[in-house]
Amino acid sequence: MIDPIDLQLIIAIQSGLPIVARPYALIAEQLALTENEVIARLKQLKQQGFIKRLGVIVKHRRLGYQANAMVVFDMPDALVDVKGRQISQHDFINLCYLRPRQGEQWPYNLFCMIHGKSRARVMQQLTQLIHSCALQDYPYDILFSPRCFKQRGALYKSTQPSFINKAHG
Amino acid sequence: MLSPLHKQLLNNYQQEFPLSPRPYLEIANHLGVTEAEVLSAFSELAEHNFISRIGPVIPPNHIGLSTLVAMAIPRAQLTAVAHLVNRFPEVNHNYEREHRFNLWFVLIATDQQHLQTVIANIETQTGFKTMQLPLLADYFINLGFQLDLDETRQAVEQADAVSA
Repeated sequence: MIDPIDLQLIIAIQSGLPIVARPYALIAEQLALTENEVIARLKQLKQQGFIKRLGVIVKHRRLGYQANAMVVFDMPDALVDVKGRQISQHDFINLCYLRPRQGEQWPYNLFCMIHGKSRARVMQQLTQLIHSCALQDYPYDILFSPRCFKQRGALYKSTQPSFINKAHG
Repeated sequence: MLSPLHKQLLNNYQQEFPLSPRPYLEIANHLGVTEAEVLSAFSELAEHNFISRIGPVIPPNHIGLSTLVAMAIPRAQLTAVAHLVNRFPEVNHNYEREHRFNLWFVLIATDQQHLQTVIANIETQTGFKTMQLPLLADYFINLGFQLDLDETRQAVEQADAVSA
């Protein structure tokens, strides 16, 4: 369960830290906390796992990584954890998740994301991935993304108290 | 054009942005430049849309509840539907993908009831069904993404042409 002041703090910084000499002091002022308190709380939130990382969030497409592919596999349930962990170890993989299949319309349960500089590169990386994780026998599909309509972090709001109660939900 | 300082800021501070009173000064001292140079370089990166922000990444389902949603939209209506979906504040990433399911977005809500209300509203407003794919397990350990910023676009295209 997340502390209500911590939640306010996450809300205050979710759109980005100010680019000024003392950003935490500015945030502290908004929340009627001290600068040291803000820093200590952020350190603790990282330790507790509420913040996975705090840092620069880059725009891949603007920086030359034009090809973004979601690769999905229909992996037997007994193997999915092992394969998911193997896939995650490749440095060109950005995300790797287990999600529920949706019958015939969507038979895939293992999802991973590859950001590459071109489609050709991504296809090479996928071939490498299939080879090194022995994925040859499992149905898969690759979904390139030609357009991004929106990219921003999750926006949390403070008005609903259930945000606090449903942590880890 | 990206300067060597821009490149260092892009690659070295995705994971561990300093948690100290003068974080930009700490970065400056580390890189052997001034705090003012770091501040203006970050402002330039933000201004030119190379970074979306310096901020926290919250793992899914630690605060509130999220799900991946896919929709199959006729081509001619895709852009209009995407913009309708974008208007919901609960929607963050929203992408076109090349598949029968061609619109993919992440929804984040306070709880299951809120999530289902938003999905029902999206279905009503767009007139199309959604497919919900909530997260069951996360296998990825995030170490940040190392960008190769020195290879030019032409070099990438040439290498692809050779390998094709």
